[in-house]
Amino acid sequence: MNGITIALSKGRIFDETLPLLAAAGIVPVENPETSRKLIIGTNRPDVRVVIVRATDVPTYVQYGAADLGVAGKDVLIEHGGEGLYQPLDLNIAKCRMMVAVPEGFDYERAVRQGNRLKVASKYIKTAREHFAAKGVHVDLIKLYGSMELAPLAGLADAIVDLVSTGGTLKANKLVAVEDIMGISSRLVVNQAALKLKRETLTPILDAFAKAVKKD
Amino acid sequence: MNWLLPEYLADALPNEAARIERQRRRVLDLFRVHGYELVMPPLIEYLDSLLTGSGQDLRLRTFKLVDQVSGRTLGVRADITPQVARIDAHLLNREGLARLCYCDSVLHTMPASISASREPIQIGAELYGHEGHEADLEVVRLMAAALSIADATASRIDLGHVGIFRALAEAAGLDADQLDAALSLLQSKDVPGLEIFCAELAEPYRSAFLRLPSLYGGVEILDVAARVLPALAPIEAALADLKKLAVAMPELPLSFDLSDLRGYHYHNGIVFAAYHPGAAAAVALGGRYDGAGREFGRARPATGFSMDLRVVAQIVGGEDLPAAILSPYAGHDAVLASVISRLRSEGEVVVELLPGQAAPEGPRCDRRLVAGGQQWTIEAIIKD
Repeated sequence: MNGITIALSKGRIFDETLPLLAAAGIVPVENPETSRKLIIGTNRPDVRVVIVRATDVPTYVQYGAADLGVAGKDVLIEHGGEGLYQPLDLNIAKCRMMVAVPEGFDYERAVRQGNRLKVASKYIKTAREHFAAKGVHVDLIKLYGSMELAPLAGLADAIVDLVSTGGTLKANKLVAVEDIMGISSRLVVNQAALKLKRETLTPILDAFAKAVKKD
Repeated sequence: MNWLLPEYLADALPNEAARIERQRRRVLDLFRVHGYELVMPPLIEYLDSLLTGSGQDLRLRTFKLVDQVSGRTLGVRADITPQVARIDAHLLNREGLARLCYCDSVLHTMPASISASREPIQIGAELYGHEGHEADLEVVRLMAAALSIADATASRIDLGHVGIFRALAEAAGLDADQLDAALSLLQSKDVPGLEIFCAELAEPYRSAFLRLPSLYGGVEILDVAARVLPALAPIEAALADLKKLAVAMPELPLSFDLSDLRGYHYHNGIVFAAYHPGAAAAVALGGRYDGAGREFGRARPATGFSMDLRVVAQIVGGEDLPAAILSPYAGHDAVLASVISRLRSEGEVVVELLPGQAAPEGPRCDRRLVAGGQQWTIEAIIKD
């Protein structure tokens, strides 16, 4: 494949990447929300977009199935980032990685006593590192969605999850007790692609860098 | 199912095996005519000598077992280079140059990538005893030639120099933990991460670290680097060496990346990597590792490269083997036997049918030997 393949996930990341792509002169010809196609052409014959699950973006880019991709820092930490360049914080799809517990649960005390905490999360690596750094023993439960249910149904004491507005936490009577890190999306680049297709990729990278909104 | 292989291990079936073998022969012949002598170190040896001067990743990648004879821990080599360095330092004991090459299987506890085998076939060449950039030049050229002769001509050869980062890290006074953090941030060109990391560093090192990830591209970036990096003597020397290589090899598709720090704990000068459009990672890697053999009693300047023949064979793809000639069973037919033996001595593949056998399932035959009076002639096999 001589052209450029960009891996994006549907929804917020796709929508917020559009202006950046436009700055690089790339306009997808279809919207993944209305089209069921997984490969979407652009106004440039040498550039195409592939629509993948957010967690799969680093994998596609790592193995060269895509040259570029946009992936949340949360996803990149879980993936490990091997074989990827991540030169640019796109400052989009921003949220926070947080620890949340049911209202009335005494988190400070549970942590201080050195109990084993049961923690449910999609982000096992992030959760493990966070609690290891605090010196707290945890049993991690990997879940794939509806994290907020876990403490309510008695599956876990706490959850580690992304929080953007806090609405879902509130609706399920949970409170955020600890801020682990800020999350935003990164541009990821396949390392070999940057060497082999430098002449095509560098202008796109530069255009993205110029178009990124600073805080 | 006892015929299943463990994960990331594979049999090379006839087509692939033939490709690998053909490339092995071509590349080893290339090494031979360049004066590189073939060595064959053992598959296992004491772990300590396998891991000398290497980083943590090689330790994790090495399979270990206990020697019933000595009680010591043995390692199955995950990289042949340290073995060859040991041979140069201790066994050959040459004062001047030593040019050595090798080709053998190595074993990895974990595959280097999802598409890699845990048993790569490592083929490479090492040049000991010369400190100058001329030795690096020879090795980079040899790497390019080896890929070309294996039908996998590199479309980009990327050069870097770990001395630049080393000088910056020393001047900025990074401790061991900071050094590791900076290394991993630079290798992934993680500029946002570097900004946080460098927040407390003093100028001019802060801006120098932040500039390193973008110092990649054509030869022009060497001049940019000279302008924007602090004027430390090792950095100037490193840039000068890279420039010399660029000038000396206009025929190769060279590019530069000053934050390529792969193998940092092992390399200490110029490093290089070859890329091919058929592979999502570098296909050949090499660099300078002066001081090789220090642990074996004799520090020697060294530079070299290696590649995985399985990867190269994959890139080259499904090119078919030369087709064979089908022959009836020769039995006591002395004439036919001598025709077959003449054809074979000319390098043709002749497949002899055995009694009761109609067609071979082995190599593809596109011609057959047919009796015409006293003569045997070759005619094409026409498939309908």
